[in-house]
Amino acid sequence: MADTHQNILIRGGRIIDPGSGLDAVLDLWIEAGVIAAIGPNLSPTGPHRVISAMGQIVAPGFIDLHTHLREPGFEYKETIATATEAAVAGGFTTLCAMPNSNPVNDHASVTEFIRKRAERAGFARVLPVGAITKGLLGKEMAEMGDLVAAGCVAVSDDGHPVSDSEIMRRAMEYSKIFNIPVIDHCEDLNLTADGIIFEGMTSTRLGLKGIPAASETVMVARDILLAELTGARVHLAHISTAGSVSLIREAKRKGIAVTAETAPHYFTLTHEQLDGFNGNAKMKPPLASSDDLREIRAGLADGTLTAIATDHAPHAAYEKAQEIAHIPFGIVGLETALPLSLRLVEDGVCSLSDMIRAFTTGPAAVLGRANTMGCLAVGRAADVTLIDPEAEWVVDATLFKSKGRNSPFIGWKMRGRATAVIVQGKVVENG
Amino acid sequence: MEREEIEIILQTAASFKNKTEVPPLQGMTVINLFLEPSTRTRASFELAAKRLSANIVNIARSESSLLKGETLLDTARNVEAMGADAIIIRHPASGAPYLVARAVQSAVINAGDGMHEHPSQGLLDIFTIKEKKGTLEGLKVAIVGDVLHSRVARSNIHGLLKMGAQVYLTGPPTLIPAEIERWGVSVHYRVEDAISGADVVMPLRLQTERRAGCFFPTLREYATLYGVNAKRLRLADPEALLMHPGPINRDIEVTSDVADGLSSAILEQATNGVAVRMALLYLLMS
Repeated sequence: MADTHQNILIRGGRIIDPGSGLDAVLDLWIEAGVIAAIGPNLSPTGPHRVISAMGQIVAPGFIDLHTHLREPGFEYKETIATATEAAVAGGFTTLCAMPNSNPVNDHASVTEFIRKRAERAGFARVLPVGAITKGLLGKEMAEMGDLVAAGCVAVSDDGHPVSDSEIMRRAMEYSKIFNIPVIDHCEDLNLTADGIIFEGMTSTRLGLKGIPAASETVMVARDILLAELTGARVHLAHISTAGSVSLIREAKRKGIAVTAETAPHYFTLTHEQLDGFNGNAKMKPPLASSDDLREIRAGLADGTLTAIATDHAPHAAYEKAQEIAHIPFGIVGLETALPLSLRLVEDGVCSLSDMIRAFTTGPAAVLGRANTMGCLAVGRAADVTLIDPEAEWVVDATLFKSKGRNSPFIGWKMRGRATAVIVQGKVVENG
Repeated sequence: MEREEIEIILQTAASFKNKTEVPPLQGMTVINLFLEPSTRTRASFELAAKRLSANIVNIARSESSLLKGETLLDTARNVEAMGADAIIIRHPASGAPYLVARAVQSAVINAGDGMHEHPSQGLLDIFTIKEKKGTLEGLKVAIVGDVLHSRVARSNIHGLLKMGAQVYLTGPPTLIPAEIERWGVSVHYRVEDAISGADVVMPLRLQTERRAGCFFPTLREYATLYGVNAKRLRLADPEALLMHPGPINRDIEVTSDVADGLSSAILEQATNGVAVRMALLYLLMS
C-alpha cells in the first residue's frame, strides 16, 4: 500500500538511467517525493526508510503509452483501481489511458473523472489520452483545447482509427497549438474488412478471415505523409509488421516527426499462437509472421521503435470463452511486459539500458516530457521502478491484479519482475 | 487425421452401406446441434444415428436459447447434462466444435464450422471417389471455385493429399486463400489448366451471399470464367467424376446438363454420406 511522503534511501542498487547514461551501483536518496541525491554510500540524516536494493536494478519509473483502463463504462472488465494496481505490480508508475471508455474520453469531464479516480486509487499515475473525434466516430474533432486543459497529454481514436484522411490532417495541424502527439492505431478498416487474425498459413488452415499486413502498413504510410505535410508530432501505436518498421525507419531518416512503439507480444509471438483457436492470442493488430517479429526486434535494436507499450486490453472471462470470431480483440499486458522485454536483453537484441529506455525516456520523449519524466535526475519527481532481474516465476492469471485473465502467456516461465515501484515518492511494494 | 484412420473409417462405412437397421448404438443419445441451415448434413447424421438405433434430438438455432443470448458453451453443457453421448455441431463460426469439445466429456463431431472444416463431407467425398476409382493414389482432383470460404475444400484437400491424390485448385485469385500452395496443392487461375486430364472435377458452391462486386464482378462473369460446363468437362479424363458438395447453384458453378449428366456422382455422394456418418458415430460411440 502507498504511504505518504516519507524520505527514502534506496541502498546499493544498480542504478540504470538511460537518459543520462548512468549505470552504476549507487544509493538514491528521495526527499519529500523528489530525487535529492544519487551517489555512493549516502548517509542522510533525519527519519527515513531504507530499501535495500542489493542485486536489484533501480530504474526510472516505467511509462506505458497505451493502456485500456475500461473505466468508465466497462467496469466488469477492469477498473481504474485494478488497472493501476496491475500497473505497479508490473513495474509501471505511469499509464496513458486510451479514450475508448463509455462515455468516450472526448470531453473534459471524462478526463477529470479518470484523473480523480486514479488519484483516489493511489497506485500508478494516469495520463489520459483524449479522443481525436467526438465519440471516436471519425467525423468531427473533439474539443482538443479543453481536453488538454483538463489533463490530456495526447489525442488518439485508437481502436476506431480515423479513416478520413482530411480529418486526420486537420487534427494533426490543430494539435500543433498544444504541441501534443497525435497517436494513431494504424489500420485500414476497409482492408481489414471482417478479418480476425493475420492473413497467412494459420488463417488459411483455421478458416478464419485474414487481416493482411498491408492493413497496418498502408495507414503507417498515410500517417507518415500527413506528418510530413502538417509538421505535427505523430506517434504510431503498437507496430506489428516488417513493412511498417521499414517505412518508419525511412521517415525518421528524412527527419519527419514520427515516433513509434511496439508491444511485447509482437516481439515474442507469431500468428501460429492461434492454432487450436486460442482466443487469448486474438488481438489487433494481429500477431504476424516470424519475419515480422524479426523486423520488430530489429526496429527496437536500431531505435526505429523507441517505446514498448503494453496495449493492456482486459476482457471478462466469458467474453473470451466464445467462438473465436465473437471474442473481442485484445490481451492483458501490464503484468508480463517487463519479463518479456528482459528476454530481448537475453537474446542480444538490445542492452539492458536500451530495454529500460523503451519504457522510460522513450515514451517520455513521445509525450514531449523527456525533461520531467522517465529519468532519475536530481530535482525530479521520484518515480522509480525496482527490478529483481533474476526472480523466476510462472505466469498464473489468477494472481493478476488486473481483472483481465486474457493472456497468451499463462503458464510461461518468466525471469525478472518488479519488486516495488515508487510513485512520486510513495512506495508501492509487491508481495 | 492420418491415412490409417481414414482407411478405417472408409472400411467401416463400406460395411454399413445400405444397412437400414443395425443395433450397435441402442440406448445411446445423439444431439444434432445445427446452428446454421442445412438439409443434407443434418438429415444424413439423423438417419445415420437412427439406423444405428441411437436416439437423436435435433436442435436448430431458430428454436434454441441461443437466440435468447445463451452462449454456445452453456448450451453444450446443458445438453451434455441431459445425457448426450455425442454432440454433432454445425456452426457458422470456425472453431466452434473445438471450443465445445474442450468443455464437455461427450464425443463431439464437427458437421461443418465456418470456413474451417467439414470433415464428414471430405470423408464421404473420398469414400465416393474410392468406390468409383478403386484408389485415390495418383488421381488428379480439380477443385473449382470459392476455396477461400469453403470448409469442404479444406477438408477435401487434407484428406485427398493424405490418400495420395494430387490436388489442383482453380478459381479467381480473390477466392484462393493465402499461402495455400504450401499445403502441397497447385493453384491455377485458368479453370482449363486445372481441369485438363482430371480424374475428378469438384466445383464448389459459390457462396452467393458473399460481397458481389468485391470478390468478382458478377455471377454472370463468374459463370463465364469458372463455371463447369460440358465443354470444359471434356478436357478432363473421359471417365472423370463430377462431384459437388451441394447445395448447387445451377448454371453458376456448374451447368445443369453436367450436374445431371452421366459423369455426375452427386446423388451417390448423398447416399454415401449416410454410411460414412454411421461409421463416424459407430467408431466414436461404441
